[in-house]
Amino acid sequence: MADQQHEWILRLGDDALVLAQRLSEWCSHGPALEEDIALSNIALDLLGQARALLTLAGQREGQGRDEDALAYFRTDREFRNALLVELPNGHFGDTIVRQMLFDQFAVLRYEALASQTVDLELAAIAAKALKEVRYHAAHSAQWVVRLGDGTEESHQRVQESLNVLWPYTAELFEDDAVSQACAEAGVLPLNGSFTARWTEQVRAILDEATLTCPESTALLTGGRSGKHTEHLSYMLAEMQVIQRTYPGAEW
Amino acid sequence: MTQEMDLNQRFEAYIASDQKIEAKDWMPDAYRKTLIRQISQHAHSEIIGMQPEGNWITRAPSLKRKSILLAKVQDEAGHGLYLYSAAETLGITRDEMLDALHTGKAKYSSIFNYPTLTWADMGAIGWLVDGAAIMNQVPLCKCSYGPYARAMVRVCKEESFHQRQGFQIMLNLSNGTPEQKEMAQDALNRWWWPSLMMFGPNDASSKHSEQSMRWKIKRFSNDELRQRFVDMTVPQAELLGLTVPDPDLKWNEATGHYDFGPIDWSEFEQVVAGNGPCNRERIETRVAAHENGAWVRDAAAAYAEKSAERASSQTSAA
Repeated sequence: MADQQHEWILRLGDDALVLAQRLSEWCSHGPALEEDIALSNIALDLLGQARALLTLAGQREGQGRDEDALAYFRTDREFRNALLVELPNGHFGDTIVRQMLFDQFAVLRYEALASQTVDLELAAIAAKALKEVRYHAAHSAQWVVRLGDGTEESHQRVQESLNVLWPYTAELFEDDAVSQACAEAGVLPLNGSFTARWTEQVRAILDEATLTCPESTALLTGGRSGKHTEHLSYMLAEMQVIQRTYPGAEW
Repeated sequence: MTQEMDLNQRFEAYIASDQKIEAKDWMPDAYRKTLIRQISQHAHSEIIGMQPEGNWITRAPSLKRKSILLAKVQDEAGHGLYLYSAAETLGITRDEMLDALHTGKAKYSSIFNYPTLTWADMGAIGWLVDGAAIMNQVPLCKCSYGPYARAMVRVCKEESFHQRQGFQIMLNLSNGTPEQKEMAQDALNRWWWPSLMMFGPNDASSKHSEQSMRWKIKRFSNDELRQRFVDMTVPQAELLGLTVPDPDLKWNEATGHYDFGPIDWSEFEQVVAGNGPCNRERIETRVAAHENGAWVRDAAAAYAEKSAERASSQTSAA
């Protein structure tokens, strides 16, 4: 169980870290000053969650790895995030649709984690994160509605974003030996148990946004076992460059 | 005419008695124009200033440093927002100011036209550039225009945190490996002179200074502030074990200040004229962000309009 827990917490931490890294790429490129600030804020929240989660994952692993060892000295094959969060930012609509799809899932996952009493350290991290991701979820849903029900151009653009991103969502609800062990331990229900509520909430947002929910049943998956898109390796090359160039230095 | 003279006299007397001018008070056109120029230039500097540091967010060498740097750059966007709002109280819109920035009509601090080549530049910018900015900005908290003075109180609080985090980066590098120390010295070499230039031309050749001093928009001269900065910073460089790149720098017992070498104003003029290493990239990046965001801003405006229409048709139906 200890191994599985470490693996499970890495998944949560990597989702947060990789998405924070993507969102921080927006800094000084946002469509308006207010939105530049909002995206940085969300990136900062996610980065804080990642730091707490990776620290905990390192402790549970018991091999002396801290947050930076896990962030800077793993290869892309060792990262455990879902593919959705590593996809390039694209335009603002792509970023905000990706964010909405993920935020709706993150709220459900943190709600469950915050209310269990088997792993209290994880519950404490989740309780703090839940307040943050509820705000993120409200923000991204509002923007999906504004863009979907805005101009003809914005409607077309975000419908296209949604069509492209949709096949990556099913991975969030997949279960395997790791998630089953966590469910049996009472730390977190199976990922599959979130599907119905997520679908209902996402559909409500898409309806309000006058967007069409894609029918695609394509399943793009592999992140949880370290089989990523080609994009992740480039992201890590950039993120890890200083640590890898000067190993052992303190910054 | 007489009425205008009365107003002007009252205005001058008000300033002389250290009272704050507020948005709705009468003010001479030239005072208004000077403030719009200065505050918008300041706001633009915050916004353009996000780029050289934003350049290292994705490559920050630890998650803690990444988080601090991201928060710092976000503060700068926030400063830009308060300052644009302060300028708007004088009767100009943010769109007009941004347009002036994008078309090259408005200036921003030339320091941001230098490239950030290594991680040590994040330290040097916080330590030197924010340090120089604080020297310039603390007196503005007492400037005669109320909305600007109040915005500056908040900006200065955050800037002093930025300066400390920059110094902390330099301290870690100076106490680090030989490569890190070399990186720190190299950053000091590149940022020292441009930082001294941030205080503007020597007093004798500063074209806006005298009137601004009289109006209490400016409280100390460029040369006074520059000297204060040198006096504060040189001992900090010694503490870091770094060498300030000025062979003429020495303590003057008689004046109680450091003497320093002549500034290369031809470089300053080149950068101000648009020929610095990054002038073109900074503006191109800003314009691209604005243009790429146009459809998003249009969508938000269209949605707001539709929502208002729906709300009013619901009200009238009821």
